[in-house]
Amino acid sequence: MQPNQYQILIFGIQSFKMATFNLIINGQRHKVEAEDDMPLLWAIRDLVGLKGTKYGCGIAQCGACTIHLDGKPVRSCQYPISAVKKKQSITTIEGIGTPQVLHAVQAAWIEEQVPQCGYCQSGQIMSAVAMLTDHPNPSDTDIDTYMSGNICRCGTYDRIRKAIHRAADMSKTKAMGTN
Amino acid sequence: MSTTIERRTFLKQSILGTTGLIIGVHSSIAGNRLVKLSIEDIGTELNPFVLIDAMGKITLVNSRPDMGQGSIQAVPSLIAEELEVRLDQVNIISSDGRSKYGSQQSGGSSTVRGLWTNLRQAGAAAKEMLIQAAANTWKTAPDQCYALEGVVYHKTSDKKLSYGELVKDAIKLEVPKSPKLKDPKEFKILGKYNKRSDIPAKTNGTAVFGIDVVVPGMLYAVTIHAPSVQGKLTNYDATQAKLVKGVKHIIKTEHSYPNGKTDALAIVADNYWSALKASRLITCTWDHADLKINLDTAKYFKDAYEAAGPDKNGIRAEEDGDFDAYYNSSDKKLESVYETPFLAHAAIEPVNATAHVKEDGSVEVWAPIQGPDGALNDTAELLKIPKEKVQIHPQLLGGSFGRKAFMDFMKEAIDISRQVKAPVKLIWTREEDMAQGPFRPAMLSKMRGVIGTNNKPAALSHHAIGESIQGQHWNGLMNYQADSWLAGELSKENHKYGFGIHHLSYSRVKTPIPILWWRSVYASNFSWGQECFIDELAHLAGQDPIEARKQLLRNSKRDLKVIEKVEEINKANPLPAGHARGMAMFRSFESMAAAIVEVTKSGNQIKIVKVYSILDCGQYVNPDNVKAQTEGNIVMGLTSAIKGGITFTGGQCDQTNYHQYPIMRIAETPLMEVHIMDNLEKPGGVGEPGLPPIAPALGNAIFNLIKKRIYKLPIDLSNV
Repeated sequence: MQPNQYQILIFGIQSFKMATFNLIINGQRHKVEAEDDMPLLWAIRDLVGLKGTKYGCGIAQCGACTIHLDGKPVRSCQYPISAVKKKQSITTIEGIGTPQVLHAVQAAWIEEQVPQCGYCQSGQIMSAVAMLTDHPNPSDTDIDTYMSGNICRCGTYDRIRKAIHRAADMSKTKAMGTN
Repeated sequence: MSTTIERRTFLKQSILGTTGLIIGVHSSIAGNRLVKLSIEDIGTELNPFVLIDAMGKITLVNSRPDMGQGSIQAVPSLIAEELEVRLDQVNIISSDGRSKYGSQQSGGSSTVRGLWTNLRQAGAAAKEMLIQAAANTWKTAPDQCYALEGVVYHKTSDKKLSYGELVKDAIKLEVPKSPKLKDPKEFKILGKYNKRSDIPAKTNGTAVFGIDVVVPGMLYAVTIHAPSVQGKLTNYDATQAKLVKGVKHIIKTEHSYPNGKTDALAIVADNYWSALKASRLITCTWDHADLKINLDTAKYFKDAYEAAGPDKNGIRAEEDGDFDAYYNSSDKKLESVYETPFLAHAAIEPVNATAHVKEDGSVEVWAPIQGPDGALNDTAELLKIPKEKVQIHPQLLGGSFGRKAFMDFMKEAIDISRQVKAPVKLIWTREEDMAQGPFRPAMLSKMRGVIGTNNKPAALSHHAIGESIQGQHWNGLMNYQADSWLAGELSKENHKYGFGIHHLSYSRVKTPIPILWWRSVYASNFSWGQECFIDELAHLAGQDPIEARKQLLRNSKRDLKVIEKVEEINKANPLPAGHARGMAMFRSFESMAAAIVEVTKSGNQIKIVKVYSILDCGQYVNPDNVKAQTEGNIVMGLTSAIKGGITFTGGQCDQTNYHQYPIMRIAETPLMEVHIMDNLEKPGGVGEPGLPPIAPALGNAIFNLIKKRIYKLPIDLSNV
């Protein structure tokens, strides 16, 4: 016998234990049954049915699965469902804006016509939203640092930079308007 | 704002009288479930590409799957322009592979250049029928009427009728054989900026890619393939795997590789994680005793360099003058061998397909595939059923770059569904997606050149060496034949360099490492040798490389304009101290692309500062999308030049995920600027031509910076 698998960098298979988990996703409660090592990615996609969060690599290399856990970006492909604490709040791409009121990042993404195939863009947008919370006025270096965990194979990086600056400007204008 | 997938059964086919099935991206229904629509929702078919219902809803068919290249906008734009409707007035649905839509393959940068006339005619013919119907109603001549934004107006009165009101009468009229097309000066959509209607859904999670399709009652599958590519499964132990909750079946299936198939093992579960987890608990024994030739890349390159040896000049593909005699009798000459590696497509959406083989023997397939027509044929052939029993639902592709035109994954999903008698969604793991290929082939260019008595480059020989896509996929290449794809690309007619003596040849290096077209196909390999070597020849002649190209292209006025644009950009952007630029140009898919790469150095590290791309693609649909595609080609071209390739050691692929096969990230991405040449020439390709000149422009820039010629890709920028 020889192992057939390619080397896989993932937390080991931990258990075969089923449990019930209560997840708060985009402000809604979801009760799901899963083995406790199921990555949050698959729970969100296949148990809850929110398909905007994408599978790309499974080893936290590409960022397509980025979500927010209490507002902080997390690679959901490497985050076991059992590690989510009670009352922790999960936000996915479906939860950051509405068709009526777009998040500034979404509006900027449309204005700059960022996506090509679009597959990585949920993750890109989730990373960008988190970055702008910490750095409302990011420099190109900030953008390079924060966004380097997200791969875009279509090569939309130049537009991502422009869109983040635009989103920052839009947020500032909005903030000034409400003051 | 949001987008959904529509499924419509029994589309009324008023003209051809067949039945088909189409999936649509609909701009007005929220959610991302499959929605069944009745015939009345779609409307009457004026021709296969134009459907109009009595309420005036206009539906246009996109016959080229969108993998990010923008066909979902480009195809309807061609129709809408001549139909006289606005893009925001129409719904867009996908063709289903039936022959009435013609070729439906996204590939070869062929969408706009291939459909430019035909689909404009489809729009114009429908418009003429609607105008004629109005003229008949008003008892006037068609030239007394005109169409605008979905309404026909009478020129001399205030009478008007909408397309919806006219369609019932229009359908009874004969289809005009040669409808009149607009003069480009009258274009309202083509050549103009328009936002892409598919983009909002790609910013809020509602865009449905192949991987997102949900079919009621479906199971999820993972397949395990032989690490040795063509290995046969002799045994497996699934004791542990069966303990995973939700695992339903562990079965053998078939894996297609170019021109053959072998075993694969499928793990089917009621959710994807269970199937994935179980797959990691299985041990398999593979027999790959049959595979001895060139499964290791080191051996492949050894054979390739042998084919490039002295006096080995391959199978002649083109000969203009006696190159060898001239070369042997000349003093001022040069030979260089350039190398490009195997590459993975590595789209972020791994290959996947959802299939349902039903009890009555019919089948439905939902998949991110580049050609629904090929998918339809392959499915009918695999299941040995008539095409009428096959329904293909093409989905958005999360990147492809050629990979999803090879539908091994779709065939696996169909076979698994057939065996387990349920709808099945198969998703290859990233590891399988990356390590199984098929890959862009590795190639060598043995370049030889002679400087003439006038001290100018006078003769060129390009000896292309490597595995042939045509040869491997279809056994379609005889021992005495050169691969016609690469021969076309490297021909004098294509590059137009006016060498008095020109020689082109090919040597095949056979390997079972599966290969496939990859964005820009062979151009992505051979531009590296051709364009670096033109610079080398210019330097040998003591010429500036841009000036040398100008002289070589003196009889190609259109290409000279591209070089003049290069000079204009260089002049407008003075070079900072310590920086250098290099350029390259390459024609592929009927478009000429040039690139200028600017580099600088800090310690041993080369930094790519900025890339300027120039594209002459003739007429185009949306300038912003042309720019976007060219920006993408800058990034993918640079990734192919500076990141690691695919290698096989001990019969197995060494790279299995992005940590071993890195893709350029945002921090490494240079500034970029794209220039489109504006002219009224015939449309050329857009999705691929920007890529080939990027790597050689970088190689030439590095030479200009540090006077060191690099022959082998990828380049390690930290250690040049």
